[in-house]
Amino acid sequence: MAETGRLRQAAVAAPLLSPVTLLRVAIILGVLAVWEFLADSGWLYRDVVPSLLSIGRALAALLSDRNYYFNLGVTAAEIGAALAIGGTTGLAVGLLLGGNRFLSKAFEPYLYYLGPTPKIIFFPVMIMWFGVGPESKVALGTLSCFFPVALNVAAGMRQIDRVLIRVGESFRATTAQMVSKIYLPAMRHPIINGVRLGFGFALIGTLLAETKLSNKGIGFLIIQAYSVFDMPRMYAMLIVLFVLAIGANALIGRLGGLDRIKRT
Amino acid sequence: MTLVVAHTRRSYRSYAAPMVGLGSFIAFVLLVEVLIRIGALNRFIIPAPSEIIASFGRLFLEENIVQRFIFTAAECIAAGVMVTVCGVTIGVVMQRFSLLQRACETWVAAFASAPLVLAYPLFMVIFGRNAWTIIMMGFFSALPPVILKTIEGISGTRKVLVNVGRSFNLTGTQQFWKILFPAALPTIFVGVRLGLIFALINIVGTEFLINFGGLGQLINDLAERYDLAGTYAAICFVILVSVLFFIVLEKAERWLRPVD
Repeated sequence: MAETGRLRQAAVAAPLLSPVTLLRVAIILGVLAVWEFLADSGWLYRDVVPSLLSIGRALAALLSDRNYYFNLGVTAAEIGAALAIGGTTGLAVGLLLGGNRFLSKAFEPYLYYLGPTPKIIFFPVMIMWFGVGPESKVALGTLSCFFPVALNVAAGMRQIDRVLIRVGESFRATTAQMVSKIYLPAMRHPIINGVRLGFGFALIGTLLAETKLSNKGIGFLIIQAYSVFDMPRMYAMLIVLFVLAIGANALIGRLGGLDRIKRT
Repeated sequence: MTLVVAHTRRSYRSYAAPMVGLGSFIAFVLLVEVLIRIGALNRFIIPAPSEIIASFGRLFLEENIVQRFIFTAAECIAAGVMVTVCGVTIGVVMQRFSLLQRACETWVAAFASAPLVLAYPLFMVIFGRNAWTIIMMGFFSALPPVILKTIEGISGTRKVLVNVGRSFNLTGTQQFWKILFPAALPTIFVGVRLGLIFALINIVGTEFLINFGGLGQLINDLAERYDLAGTYAAICFVILVSVLFFIVLEKAERWLRPVD
């Protein structure tokens, strides 16, 4: 009875919205209010900070524009191809380097130090090799995606429990069986993490290449909006793009079970 | 005698792998040179490595690569100073007020995964086509890791150190400067290192995209002039600079890391 009373009291005392939610709402409203004030103030050049209403209108127009979805499809296909090629080669190279100490010592430092270099500077080379079409964008996305996947897979492979490998060896598993039954299942999280990073880099590489030289794709639409100074449309496109990128990133993590890893 | 032989063998083995790596790289370069000379590879698409090496001198004499390097380095330093001051301050404030941390930490993490560099046309509209656009691109892309690692570093200060401060009746400010900040410094530097790498990537990338500034602009200029050997040499130079920058930051991080 006493327990029931305590429970009821707790239920009554629990606020409708937690302080964290209230603070989040307050911050969002504050930012929006400052934004609207800046838009109305005239302190900045016209349309550098467009009103929320005009951004909302541009967002609605964008989402009901069939041409936008065509360009989104082009970019998605390029990113998908880059992720497939870069991810697969990264996985193969990562497995090779992670499984062989000698090869790892010989070649991994090159990957490790080349990984954080700005990949967009390779775009002129990609244009010369693959032309000005979508192929050069896919190539740049592939190059951007390859390094994080390879390095993550190699690091993940070295962290596999030795016991699992010995079990495979004691069953006299072939190399293909070791890869499919031991290595890949044991490295699910590093691989997914690598793919998640690779996706982010492929997206950036592909879209930046589109902004530099292209006649279709989201990057092209963004630079087109810039060139005609259609700021509300540019803001709308960036909002949609950021939401899609963050959403896809979270989705890959969730599908791979990264959100269920217990952190100690 | 046996010990000396074993030691020699071990040191030979430790050098063997890097030598194979370097040897493979040199063999690859020589193979490309031969393939171009016999006409198997088109020299108007891939210049011969010997031409690329020869064009390095031209980059120094005619293209002012040293001044361009200084320009890019100055942008990196400006973004680095800004991101260290602002990122650490924001991280400290967020860690100090746990409600703020709980409300905003996931936003900062989401901000880290947003492709911010794609907003460079927006930054050009706001700041103009000048160094500020490049510096601000570097600054904003570098901010999330610095904030997140500052929070992690201060939150991870060992309880015993905090209790020592309390037993000495330190004020809040003294506790921060004498206990929390020094203890969190190695972790904060990990964030600063990551941030500086992101800043360099974005700064060179933005220079290339908006055709303004130092090394990034040089690559764009050379590519537009169809100076193939020069373009490849400039790309090699940027890779070299990035690798050196990365190694220096790594050494600094190791130097700051406490000895267990």
